[in-house]
Amino acid sequence: MKQVKKFKFPIIILIIFIGLAIWYPSIAYKSSRVTLDYFKEMAFIMPPVFILMGLMEIWVPKDKIQKWLGNGSGIRGGLISLALGTLPTGPLYVAFPMTATLLRKGASITNMIIFLGSWAALKIPQLMVEIKFLGIPFTGIRFVLTLIALIFIGLIMESLLRRNLGMAWLPPENEEMMKKQMGKTKM
Amino acid sequence: MATIITIYSLLGISLIVSFMKSKDKTLKAFKVAGKALLKSAPSLLTVLGIVGLTLGILTPETISGLVGAEAGFMATILAAVLGAITLIPSLVAFPLAGSLVRSGATVVTISAFVTTLVMVGFVTAPMEIRILGKKFTLLRNGLGFLAALIIALIMGVIL
Repeated sequence: MKQVKKFKFPIIILIIFIGLAIWYPSIAYKSSRVTLDYFKEMAFIMPPVFILMGLMEIWVPKDKIQKWLGNGSGIRGGLISLALGTLPTGPLYVAFPMTATLLRKGASITNMIIFLGSWAALKIPQLMVEIKFLGIPFTGIRFVLTLIALIFIGLIMESLLRRNLGMAWLPPENEEMMKKQMGKTKM
Repeated sequence: MATIITIYSLLGISLIVSFMKSKDKTLKAFKVAGKALLKSAPSLLTVLGIVGLTLGILTPETISGLVGAEAGFMATILAAVLGAITLIPSLVAFPLAGSLVRSGATVVTISAFVTTLVMVGFVTAPMEIRILGKKFTLLRNGLGFLAALIIALIMGVIL
């Protein structure tokens, strides 16, 4: 039963697909093609990303991340996050596990919002396409305004969330270990 | 393709270094990764399904038809909502935005579409919730949506 509950949403989506296949076969065909394409992409990308995050979890010391990307990292931390985000590195869902790992290792929420936001909205290859179709003024102004907005969103979320994040990336036993460590560093 | 090459070469180098330093720790990293991947599997499948459904139903032609049919404020709100819902690769999205400009959409509407498209991830939300938590996801996307509207309005004034 628990297994079924875990897959509640995939099952609902499967039912929608079956419904579409009966009533709107052309949409169902198009949708399954897209899903299959993205499945191929994810099947190639997700396992290595998770292994890389696992390696980072084990090897990268907490104080380093805290120093580079933590609350005291200031403008330099923000710039590192921006640089990491704008690098041409693939779809946004790759960034979620990375963000979770970095947050656990002591990165500040503001920096992680800048990281995720620039990953999604300010990627260099994407900006090139944008300039081509919408022009330099449009792209430039959107870049600046988006960056300002990200900093604000980060600061707002920082003050609202602090450390009460419900991150589910790691298995529970490690989470408990983390809590113990965090309890120690908080003292 | 470039993404795959980058990630796999990074993984290869990291694994070699890690194995040379400690076999035990490397195996532990694999264990952590495996468990995390299993835990995220249902949300990954959900995201895949939603991506397929939204792209199957909301094709670029449908979007330009919808946005083109409305005018003024409603067009902007519609563009923002469509941008938030869909996950279109930028190689498709920006030509679409360009064609919307040519068919007479305002700067505000285009900015709203482009900004919510990249800032708000409705389809990836199940995965973001699974990995980063509900509060974080709702706040990030909600504030992102508001910011996108404000950005669109400012761009309308400037451009």
